Amino acid sequence: MATTRKAAIVGGNRIPFARSNSAYAQASNQDMLTATLDGLVARFGLQGQQVGEVVAGAVLKHARDFNLTRESVLGSALDPRTPAYDVQQACGTGLEAAVLVANKIALGQIDSGIAGGVDTTSDAPLAVGEDLRRILISLNSAKTVQDRLKAIARIRPGMIAPEIPRNAEPRTGLAMGEHAQLTAHEWQIGREEQDELTVRSHQNMAAAYERGFFDDLVTPFLGLSRDQNLRPDTSLEKLATLKPVFGKALPEGAEATMTAGNSTPLTDGASAVLLASDEWAAEHSLPVLAHLVDAQTAAVDYVHGGEGLLMAPVYAVPTMLARNGLTLQDFDFYEIHEAFASTVLATMKAWEDPAYCKEKLGLDAPLGSIDRAKLNVHGSSLAAGHPFAATGGRIVASLAKTLHEAGPGKRGLISICAAGGQGVVAILES
Amino acid sequence: MADWYTNFANSGFGTTVTKQLGLPRPAVLRRYEPGRPLLPGPVVIGSAGSGRLRETLTRVVTDAGGTVLPAVEPDGEKPAAVLLDATGVTGPGQLVAAHDFLAPAIKRLRASGRVLVLADPPADADSPATAAARQALDGLVRSIGKELLNGSTANLVFVPEGAESSLASPVRFFLSGRSAYVDGQVVTLSAADVPTGEDADRPLAGRVAVVTGAARGIGAAIARVMARDGAHVVAVDIPAAGQSLAEVANEVGGTALQLDITAADAPARLVEHLRERHGGVDVVVHNAGITRDKLLVNMDAARWNSVMAVNLQAQLDITEALLAAEGVLRDGARVVCVSSQSGIAGNRGQTNYAASKAGIIGMVRAWAPAFAARRATINAVAPGFIVTEMTANMPFGTREVGSRINSLQQGGLPVDVAETIAWLAQPGSAGVNGQTVRVCGQSMLGA
Repeated sequence: MATTRKAAIVGGNRIPFARSNSAYAQASNQDMLTATLDGLVARFGLQGQQVGEVVAGAVLKHARDFNLTRESVLGSALDPRTPAYDVQQACGTGLEAAVLVANKIALGQIDSGIAGGVDTTSDAPLAVGEDLRRILISLNSAKTVQDRLKAIARIRPGMIAPEIPRNAEPRTGLAMGEHAQLTAHEWQIGREEQDELTVRSHQNMAAAYERGFFDDLVTPFLGLSRDQNLRPDTSLEKLATLKPVFGKALPEGAEATMTAGNSTPLTDGASAVLLASDEWAAEHSLPVLAHLVDAQTAAVDYVHGGEGLLMAPVYAVPTMLARNGLTLQDFDFYEIHEAFASTVLATMKAWEDPAYCKEKLGLDAPLGSIDRAKLNVHGSSLAAGHPFAATGGRIVASLAKTLHEAGPGKRGLISICAAGGQGVVAILES
Repeated sequence: MADWYTNFANSGFGTTVTKQLGLPRPAVLRRYEPGRPLLPGPVVIGSAGSGRLRETLTRVVTDAGGTVLPAVEPDGEKPAAVLLDATGVTGPGQLVAAHDFLAPAIKRLRASGRVLVLADPPADADSPATAAARQALDGLVRSIGKELLNGSTANLVFVPEGAESSLASPVRFFLSGRSAYVDGQVVTLSAADVPTGEDADRPLAGRVAVVTGAARGIGAAIARVMARDGAHVVAVDIPAAGQSLAEVANEVGGTALQLDITAADAPARLVEHLRERHGGVDVVVHNAGITRDKLLVNMDAARWNSVMAVNLQAQLDITEALLAAEGVLRDGARVVCVSSQSGIAGNRGQTNYAASKAGIIGMVRAWAPAFAARRATINAVAPGFIVTEMTANMPFGTREVGSRINSLQQGGLPVDVAETIAWLAQPGSAGVNGQTVRVCGQSMLGA
């Protein structure tokens, strides 16, 4: 077991991403993940075949979905003897799943695997309040009629309201957008540059759809054949009319710059990526689009440490670059997940800042700037939307195809920020 | 499988009603099922003229597990098929032999029976009298088709000198349930190097077959039949149809390729896909088609152009690209193009569609010699009234009339079209080239 091999990315599939409570309002995570797996199976002719492992997850999950990925496999056209497990690392889930599969392939423990992710904000789990939950549990364990009646008698009308999952950090009570707005303020990220990045994301993705780039990356679902959030005709003028939606945590007088346009909306969707050893791909006459070369995670102390919630990838990247003897400029394509336009801009600004790179990242020199023409060339989350756990799979498959189209020896960097102050980054190479 | 009227007409009460009122009495057709015998009864073979094919025909039938009756007796076993070898007729006077053989045999023919006449092509005749006699058989067969009852069909195969080895696959097809809805058709064979020894139940084993427009309807049926016959199906359709395309691909154990065949780079992308994933292709079924109906005087250029682009130009472009790509279209390749009854008969409101579908017939005829030169074939199939989602949405009257005006008095099923295409795709069908076979139950339209 001494040698390792690089895992190949064979291809991917996702369903178009839908806006919350819209096209996929009636679809569960399992429905979407199963359809996504089936699209992948159809694309690569894997019906009835076993892959080494299927790894996927969801950020918002019902209690009944404890074995979501395995249940999806059982409902798919794959061999029912294909093992599967769930992972969850917030918005990093999809990329982390790919890294886990790639690592097992690298170690020779499996020869092929599928990594994926799914999320629905429409079919979100509701929980009963903590008081009611405790009463219901004691009701369930009550042995006598008397005990049962006692338990029921403790229920008060005020307990009936359900607990709805919130897009907020448990330790700060702030929505992720509020955190991002604080970071944007700290890094002086202006409204206009956020809107410019947003327009480019929509335009790049629309152009990619037009030329058929997504023909072998997306399979329509429930009548949707393109991402519902995509606005090919959006413009700076249109985006400028939107009012800021975050900023309540900003200091007095600071300008709120983040709108529904330059932030990702709540989205439903799923994605999957097929990884394998080169040999497995060759045996199945399947292409190798790229290899997953390396990956890194990091986390920041956004609670007490004075760091922005979504800044962890800024730390993960230099660690990974050093390990691979690369500079930030040694890449042909960059995929920086657009949770918010300001997140991408703050990330790049931090890498350009000598003082920050020295003090926070411990680097002698700043990582420097990246060529914007190489950034998110086929659009990213601002255009596609961002079903949390599905974003990693979307990016891995799209970047792998981008690298493959560009020819051999091309390199791409993926950077994904996640809730809880975490980040997952990776290098792909064609 | 049969439509409501066919079910009704075959019920106890329905039989009485339809007989008394003189209503159409469509039969439940005998359709192919793998593993079943070629025919539900014996074959009787007769001759008119010198008849050079009798021995070959006997061998084809017995090789396929059939039995040959020496003659039809008034009280003897009923034949399931009647074969007339009319090769060698030199003048109209000899045709009375055809009458003398066929009349008693057809009288005893079983339900879903087959009448198949084999003759020399009129175009090859060396005298007007010979040509007249050969051509006369065409009128004879078409009329028999209209007289036959109970789901029986009549077809004619012209066999030129030297094309005897091409005979087995067409004879098996016309006798079998695969040709259930093929009636009143004429197919002219050509001499070819015909491979032997294919598995009768899986004639497409090991072959890679591309089917365009495979997400639903006739295309999905083609994918299913191709897969049943052993092919690996590459199911192609527009990206927007991807969900049902994936379902079809998963059902048949094939692969889904989302591709707009009218895109400028579509031929190159398809060729590359076939090269990379399959090392080439054996069968290409150009099935994708659209309608944009309007009377000619009301039709805008967009309607005209989109129909032409999908139905005809894409077939030309993709076929050309496959022919040009070294080693992709494999030895013995089969291209089958889906034309339409509208392309033969014309149809009100379908100038664009009918033009595109007629164009396909010209295309396969013109391409046939080039395909023959590389041991390949190209043919067209022209469906008549086929019961699909599209026809289910037609007004009741239009649908009922449209489905009854043919000799079998019923609409065909997508599987009927698919069976004919799968037959043309067989390695053994090497001697069928440049032909257009209608799958229309001998429709009155354009006949």
